[in-house]
Amino acid sequence: MKSAVILLPGLNRDRDMIAALTKISGKPPVTVWQTETEIPDVDLIVIPGGFSYGDYLRCGAIAARKPVMRTVAEKAAKGVPVIGVCNGFQILLEAGLLPGALMRNTSLKFVCREVNLEVANANTLFTRNYAPGQIIRTPVAHHDGNYFADPETLARIEGEGQVVFRYAEGTNPNGSMNDIAGVMSEGGNVLGIMPHPEDLIEAAHGGIDGRPLFESALGLAKAA
Amino acid sequence: MIKARVTVTLKNGVLDPQGKAIEGALGTLGFSGVGAVRQGKVFDIELESADRAKAEAELKSMCEKLLANTVIENYSVTLI
Repeated sequence: MKSAVILLPGLNRDRDMIAALTKISGKPPVTVWQTETEIPDVDLIVIPGGFSYGDYLRCGAIAARKPVMRTVAEKAAKGVPVIGVCNGFQILLEAGLLPGALMRNTSLKFVCREVNLEVANANTLFTRNYAPGQIIRTPVAHHDGNYFADPETLARIEGEGQVVFRYAEGTNPNGSMNDIAGVMSEGGNVLGIMPHPEDLIEAAHGGIDGRPLFESALGLAKAA
Repeated sequence: MIKARVTVTLKNGVLDPQGKAIEGALGTLGFSGVGAVRQGKVFDIELESADRAKAEAELKSMCEKLLANTVIENYSVTLI
């Protein structure tokens, strides 16, 4: 299975993402720099986390207007699975590929710790290798992860099953509405997630709770 | 040349934790009677154009495409 990782100045989670995709898919992902207008045919496109453009203006705002993002939007429209993690999630929102926005954490503090996530919808391209309602561990590290959507949008995405992950009860680290940690597009092939599943994919990480997400997205069977 | 000021503010109903913190700090400093504080952004932009109507239309387009996130923010454009 082939994957691509989008690179932008200021991202810093790309190395972990590349390592995770290499281990899970068996081959290194192609990397695509922000000024490129072509992305090779791949089974999965990933935008990793970090601080693209120093979070200037709004997190992800500048990155979302770079040439490569137009191609990501075209590929997404054709049904190619796209995952944005952390800053990648912010970039997908700013690019208009996902509904809502991510605001400053209500604590006003950068949060860096492990949280529990609930798989709110296991019937998606990204979560089919999880059980419905399964609780998984994932690390979070962000300053702006407080998900917001207007009441109509919130009702719509809840009704359509577009809320894919929630912070499990009592672990919401940022004030997100309805404990939302991950949402997908109406078409179901674009996922944004605030925590870092790429950092729990092998025993050396202390757990493999993030692995089924990438296996699901790549169409791989769940590892035993 | 035209000079313009673009102001971007959070929409009503959008929580503003930074504004809340500023509100609290003003109270700590002894400023009593401070109601809600909302934090926003100001952009001063110079345009080479001399056509004010065209400049205004262009500035609005800049707001829609980049300066504001209209999911959470309102904007206003003033030509100086």
